[in-house]
Amino acid sequence: MLNTADILETISMIREENLDIRTITMGISLLDCATDDENRLCDNIYDKITKTAEKLVVTGENIEKEYGIPIINKRVAVTPVSFVGGHVSPEGYIKVAKALDRAASTLGINFIGGFGALVHKGMTKKDENLLSIIPDALAETKMVCSSVNVATTKAGINMDAVAKMGEIIKRAAYLTRDEQSIGCAKFVVFANVPEDNPFMAGAFHGVGEGEAVISVGVSGPGVVASAIKRAGHCNFSELADIIKKQAFKITRVGQLVAHEAARRLDIPFGIVDLSLAPTPAIGDSVAHILENMGLEKCGAHGTTAALALLNDAVKKGGVMASSHVGGLSGAFIPVSEDAGMIDAVATGALSIEKLEAMTAVCSVGLDMIVIPGDTPEAVICGIIADEISIGVANTKTTAVRVIPAYGKKVGETVNFGGLLGWAPVIRLNENSPAEFISRGGRIPAPIHSLKN
Amino acid sequence: MKAVITVTGKDAMGIIAKVSNQCAVSGANIIDISQSVLKDYFAMIMLVDIDKLTINFTDFVDQMSALGKASGLVIQTMHEEIFQAMHTI
Repeated sequence: MLNTADILETISMIREENLDIRTITMGISLLDCATDDENRLCDNIYDKITKTAEKLVVTGENIEKEYGIPIINKRVAVTPVSFVGGHVSPEGYIKVAKALDRAASTLGINFIGGFGALVHKGMTKKDENLLSIIPDALAETKMVCSSVNVATTKAGINMDAVAKMGEIIKRAAYLTRDEQSIGCAKFVVFANVPEDNPFMAGAFHGVGEGEAVISVGVSGPGVVASAIKRAGHCNFSELADIIKKQAFKITRVGQLVAHEAARRLDIPFGIVDLSLAPTPAIGDSVAHILENMGLEKCGAHGTTAALALLNDAVKKGGVMASSHVGGLSGAFIPVSEDAGMIDAVATGALSIEKLEAMTAVCSVGLDMIVIPGDTPEAVICGIIADEISIGVANTKTTAVRVIPAYGKKVGETVNFGGLLGWAPVIRLNENSPAEFISRGGRIPAPIHSLKN
Repeated sequence: MKAVITVTGKDAMGIIAKVSNQCAVSGANIIDISQSVLKDYFAMIMLVDIDKLTINFTDFVDQMSALGKASGLVIQTMHEEIFQAMHTI
C-alpha cells in the first residue's frame, strides 16, 4: 500500500529536484538498408526509420503524462552508417546524413545518432569516405550526431584515426563558425564505445543488436545533491548508502518507463543507462553533488575521490533496480551542460587536466569542453590520445567532445543554448605533441587485454 | 489500476467537492483521501480506481489539471505504478 510520505517524496523529486527521464532512445538496425545505389540507400534508411519509430514520440509523451515524470528527449540511434555504405561516395554519405536529418524531422525527435564508424583497429575505404565528410555532414544537418570509435582495450589505439579526428574537429568548428562551432557538439571520439548507449551525441545501434530496441537513460543529479545536503556531515559509508538509495529510486523509474515504452511500441527492451546526467538548470548539476559532499569548489583536490565514490554508489544502487543495465552508466561530467562545472571553470577552480583525471573514475570523458579556436590540430589529437589511453588502459569507455570555438580565446564564453548550455573557453597546455602524433600506426593493446 | 491525485493550493470552500465531482463524471472511483490544511495551504492526496474510467487516462490527467488551473490549484494525476516502482522492491 502506498503511504503519503512516499508519494510526497516522489512528487518533490520531480517538481523540486528536477528528476526526469533524460531520454528514450530507439535503436534501429539499418543493416537491411544496404545497397550500392546512393539514392535508394537514402530512401531505404528514411523509410525504415520513419516506419519503425513512427510512434516513438507520441508514446513517450503519453507515458510522460500518465506517470507524471518528464521525459526530456525521444531519440533514435542507428547502425553506424559506414556498415551500410557499400560503395557510396563521400558525397553519397552527405545525402545519407540528410536522409537521417529528414527522418528525425518527420518523427519530431531532436537528435539522431549513428553517423559514424568503428575504426579502432583499421579503416576500410568506406570508413575513409565517411570520415572525410563528417564535418560537412554536421554542418549541413541539424539533428545528426556522429561518433567514431578509435580504440579498444583489445585492439589498442588507432593513432592514424586519432590524427584524423583532429582534422574533423577543426573543420567542423570552421564550417559551423557562424553557430559557435556547434558542429563539434554533435561529434564524439570514443574508446571502448558501448553499442547500446542511449545518450547523444554518442548513441548508435550496435551491429550485435537486434532489429530494434528501446533503451532509456535516466537522470537526477538534483535528487542526489538534495539527499546529501539533507544528511549533513555523515561519514563516507553513510554517504555512499544515501547515494545508492537515491540511485535505486531513480533507476526504478527508468526501468518502469523503459518497460512500458517497450511494451507499447512492441519493441524489445534493451537497457537502462544508470546515469546522472546534468543540465545547465540550477539544481541539476553533478558538480553540485561533489560540492555538497564537502568540496569548496568542483575541481578542488579531493574531487576525483568524491567522483569515484559517487560513480560507484550510483552503479551499486542502480544495478538492482533494472533487469538490464548498459550504455555508459555512471556520472556525466560535461562542462557546458552543468551549472556547477561552468562555474568551476569560469572561476579557475577546474582545469582540463583535473577533468581528465576525473574521467578515469566516471563514465564518458572530456565532454562539452570549449577550447580556444586557434588550438592546433595536433594539440586536439594529443587531448584525444590522452583521454583514449585512460579508457584503453582501464578497460572502460572514455570519450572526447571538445569544441575549438572559431575565433574564441581563453576568457571568452560560448553559448549553445538549450540543453547544450554554455561554457567559458578553457586554457590548454600549448606545448606541441605534433611529432608524437605524426608517428602513425597503432599503439599496441595493453598486456591486460590478453585475458583468454 | 489506480492513480494518485494530488491537489495543492490556497484553501477555499468546495475544493474536495469539485475534485470529487470531476472524478465521478469521468468514472474514477475514490478509494482513499488524505487531506490537511496548514495555515491557509490546502493539500490533498487522493487514491482513485481508474478501471472504469469513461475517458482515456491521458485525457483524465488533462481534465484534472485544467480543473486545477481554473480553480487556482495544482492538480496532478499520476499512475500509481511510478510510486510502487520507486518505493517497493
